[in-house]
Amino acid sequence: MLFKTRNFDAAPVALSAEALTVNLPDTPGVPQVLKGIDVTIRQGETVCLVGESGSGKSVTSLAVMGLLPEALKVAGGKILLQGQNLLPLSQAQMRELRAARVAMIFQEPMTALNPVLRVGDQIMEVMELHTRLSAAERRRRAIDIMEQVHLPDVPRIFRSYPHQLSGGQRQRIMIAMALVLEPVLLIADEPTTALDVTTQKQILLLIDELQQKHGTAVLFITHDMGVVAEIADTVCVMKHGEIVEHGPVEQILRHPKADYTRKLLASVPSLAPRDPRAETQDIVLRVSKLNKIYGGGGIFRKLPQAHAAKDVSFSLTRGRTLGIVGESGSGKSTVARCIMRLIDPTSGRIELDGTDIATLSRGGLKPHRKRLQVVFQDPMRSLNPRWTIAQSLIEGPLNYGTPRREAMAEAARLMGVVGLPEDSLRRYPHQFSGGQRQRIAIARAVMMRPDVLVADEAVSALDVSVQAQVLELLDQLQRDLGIAIVFITHDLRVAAQICDEVIVMQRGEVVEHGPAGEVLAHPAHPYTRALIEAAPGRDWDFQNFRSMSESQDAHPA
Amino acid sequence: MIGYILRRILAVIPVMLLVAVFVFALLRLTPGDPAAIIAGDMATPAQLERIREAMGLNQPLHVQFVTWVGQLLRGDLGTSLISNTPVTSMIGARIGPTLSIAVLTILMSVALAVPMGVIAAWKHRSGADYTVMAFSVLGFSVPVFVIGYVFILIFSLKLGWFPVQGFTPISRGIGPFLYNAFLPALTLTTIYVALIARMTRANMLEVLGEDYIRTARAKGAPERTVLFRHALKNAAVPILTVIGTGFALLIGGVVVTETVFNIPGIGRLTVDAILARDYPVIQAMILLTSFLYVLVNLVIDLSYTFFDPRIRY
Amino acid sequence: MAQTPEPRSAMQPVLSVIRLPHFGIGPKIAAVVLLAIVIVTLLANWLAPHDPLTMNPLMRLQGPIEGHPLGTDNYGRDILSRVLIGGRLSLAIGIATAIVAVALGLVIGMVAGFFRTADAIIMRMMDALMAIPSILLAIALVALNGPSVGSVIAAITIPEIPRVVRLVRAVVLAAREEPYVEAAIALGSSMPKILVRHLVPNTLAPLIVQGTYILASAILTEAILSFLGAGVSTETPTWGNIMAEGRQYFRLKPELILWPGLMLSLCILSINLLGDAARDMLDPRLKKRAG
Repeated sequence: MLFKTRNFDAAPVALSAEALTVNLPDTPGVPQVLKGIDVTIRQGETVCLVGESGSGKSVTSLAVMGLLPEALKVAGGKILLQGQNLLPLSQAQMRELRAARVAMIFQEPMTALNPVLRVGDQIMEVMELHTRLSAAERRRRAIDIMEQVHLPDVPRIFRSYPHQLSGGQRQRIMIAMALVLEPVLLIADEPTTALDVTTQKQILLLIDELQQKHGTAVLFITHDMGVVAEIADTVCVMKHGEIVEHGPVEQILRHPKADYTRKLLASVPSLAPRDPRAETQDIVLRVSKLNKIYGGGGIFRKLPQAHAAKDVSFSLTRGRTLGIVGESGSGKSTVARCIMRLIDPTSGRIELDGTDIATLSRGGLKPHRKRLQVVFQDPMRSLNPRWTIAQSLIEGPLNYGTPRREAMAEAARLMGVVGLPEDSLRRYPHQFSGGQRQRIAIARAVMMRPDVLVADEAVSALDVSVQAQVLELLDQLQRDLGIAIVFITHDLRVAAQICDEVIVMQRGEVVEHGPAGEVLAHPAHPYTRALIEAAPGRDWDFQNFRSMSESQDAHPA
Repeated sequence: MIGYILRRILAVIPVMLLVAVFVFALLRLTPGDPAAIIAGDMATPAQLERIREAMGLNQPLHVQFVTWVGQLLRGDLGTSLISNTPVTSMIGARIGPTLSIAVLTILMSVALAVPMGVIAAWKHRSGADYTVMAFSVLGFSVPVFVIGYVFILIFSLKLGWFPVQGFTPISRGIGPFLYNAFLPALTLTTIYVALIARMTRANMLEVLGEDYIRTARAKGAPERTVLFRHALKNAAVPILTVIGTGFALLIGGVVVTETVFNIPGIGRLTVDAILARDYPVIQAMILLTSFLYVLVNLVIDLSYTFFDPRIRY
Repeated sequence: MAQTPEPRSAMQPVLSVIRLPHFGIGPKIAAVVLLAIVIVTLLANWLAPHDPLTMNPLMRLQGPIEGHPLGTDNYGRDILSRVLIGGRLSLAIGIATAIVAVALGLVIGMVAGFFRTADAIIMRMMDALMAIPSILLAIALVALNGPSVGSVIAAITIPEIPRVVRLVRAVVLAAREEPYVEAAIALGSSMPKILVRHLVPNTLAPLIVQGTYILASAILTEAILSFLGAGVSTETPTWGNIMAEGRQYFRLKPELILWPGLMLSLCILSINLLGDAARDMLDPRLKKRAG
């Protein structure tokens, strides 16, 4: 069974929002953030609100909780919880409702728990606020719910502070806190977005398990179509404060009606590996036995050494893309930063066009820098906010003696290549969207005519439709200019889409290395297999609105 | 935990040593003959020689420094050039009034400022917030002695509630002590409250924007719980820090306030020493207050572990 | 975002920050008051009804009388004239201190933030300097170097430097981690170039704010120094000196402290309010919360 196909028509309605409108009353023009949306969630049902940033999906959840930021106001409609309209309720009445009848978990488990209170106390606080249970009973129920969310060594964790727990454990604590009073409705706002893919899978399974056990209605907010495919009964696709389409999950994924839904689904990269680019003999980057060890401590303090990269070796030929895939803490970014010489490797060789740059001094490095460029993850911070785009673009060429006029002409040409109007050059970064800024950052790197481009999670912060465009741009530049790309990512879909070769890293070590098609289709290492199995929605080919097996039947390999 | 405390204590040593070097260098590296500076323009050669002798200024700098530090470590802060009494006994005789007023000030300030800051942050951009902010800016802007004189004018001269000047030690009863000490303490409190309330507000504002505050509200916690159980404990570390760094402000304030209210404390002692160029006393006072500042901040540093479990490396 | 109208000048990002809608009434009043004080102080020579130094033993400690709207002091000098003139040196010392402290702090802070080896030593020295109570350090410096304007400026400046150094260092350390600085390294920009072109501009906004606070605090410290008898020579009328002389006659004539105290407080209050307003405008976190 690919999707959930349970029918809830007979189940009682847990929550319904009717013509819910939220606006910004103090902003000129009073823009509407939610434009009269209708959502219905029945007992035991999971409704996914899916959309890109700015679609209003989080505002919907906060409106239900009565926790909208001050600038936002509900301007119309109804929010009915088991038939009771929540909007006329007083603050005190809303407080009584929260956690007891509607609970919420958030995106960032790292910051959502109070860092100075023990997690056991934080769970018990919910019962202190809403029940008259005795201290012993509160404790018993807290431990019980902690066991239900499958936390290990519950007595120890009960006494722990949040910083002593991993992200996945913290999200389990959040879930325990949300469900301890058995609320009617659980709102989960991107609860797995900040987690690694293997942890995400466990959390999704846990939510599903507890939902079945307690019959909770779940409003699940996500931007990730894979997650939708995994857990949704019903899907509402949101765009600019409106629900453009809703229906059972299979109907939405197989027969999307709205253009926007089709476009959104078509942007989801396929897990099926691309056809590899032609192999050449021209090795531009060869990394051998690269090690990076952090720490060791000072005189008064012994810190445990961290082996962030262990004997990493690979080579890359002109015009090809190598993916370095791994979860957080795998050492993939350490490798990237070593190659860029933003940090100094502890040992090993980094040969760029035959020259070992691993140990070169700052001055000795300069002639080689231009052949090695980088694009970072965060488009908001990768351009100097005080500089015009032109200034940012010509900074590199001027450093290498290109006349300003020539550099400006090239900058203007590249704006066209990356699909931005030429007058963008006179503007400042804050005048562009995230995707546009990432194009500019790519243009800045390309200005140097590099042989190797290191892209460190370069599309991870972007919405899926923008992500598709940026990946397309990278592919095109590679074809035109023969740049070799080292692509660091945590996202297997993106890796499958763009990489010819893949390295899988875990705790600083390369556990698997091979052609992308080979590694993704027939993973040899158990960790790679676990990664692939954890990829949400891996059985569905979103771009073609059919299952992967149907796709394989259509195109036999 | 023990390691952390030890490291913090060890880290204080180089700072104290540097303070000692600075204080030592103050006189010796001043252009001109130190003895002439101390003795003033009218000094005879014999007087100069006597000062050089008394302060060991004839010896090479490093010898002077080692001798001086040696004396310090034995608890010898030198001898006054004017009264010829040991500085330690001069300080001993006059530290009581200063300490009692300082402690009273800190108690009053924290009791007033923290609730003020919390309320201002909670009711951000309300009348209460603006009132607290206005008071706080005002406290920063009026010189402490002007505040002192205005209080004297109103509470002593016009209303006659308190004496104009003077001091009664706490050993003679809490009532008589407060009768004299309340106005000077209130004067100092004004500036200290301004500082602490402002920092409390700023840090509470920041903490109130954190995700875990939203979590607390999503749990259905009433505002009182959100503010005091969830937010204030998280804002405690920076608030404590400013109480510590504000200690320097307090020392400066004490010097001025004791002059205004004619209190026989160490602030008055310092000012008199400076006007009389009694260098050993000046040097000892600067050193002592600096060490006190370092120690207060060390204690505050160590108390962080009590408020924030993350500080335990 | 991309539809924003084309920028008219290179000042656009700066202007877009300054052009805040909720620029309250407080800072506006503060600006007017401060401007008035500065103008009056600059024109004091012409505005003052009497020579501030001329003594008149027959007119000692008079209340407000004909020709002396604020009365006279213990030497029979006109209080109004002295208060008007007195601001000149106080303001000059404050401005000089702010400029010198910010300039020195900027250089030292840049060095500390950029060179790991120098950082530990510089910061321990700054810790030590911060530990010495600034008023005591300042009066000691003045007592040793004599009551000249120069030594007063030095005495007030030195204790202010550590705060600037810490601020600049913190900004530099934060900015170093910014991807755009790392990108500049990848683009082959030299370290001095990165320092001057990418990092220094980041420190300007907080330094302007810090500079106004130092200005306020320096004027305050100057007054306290004079009040304690460790300021500029007592013959020069400054707000602090007028109040110091007024101490003995406070019961008889509180105006000797109240009038200069009022001028001084208004002046510092305005500067602090403007500093707060500047900080609110330039603090990116507040901006983010507003938008």
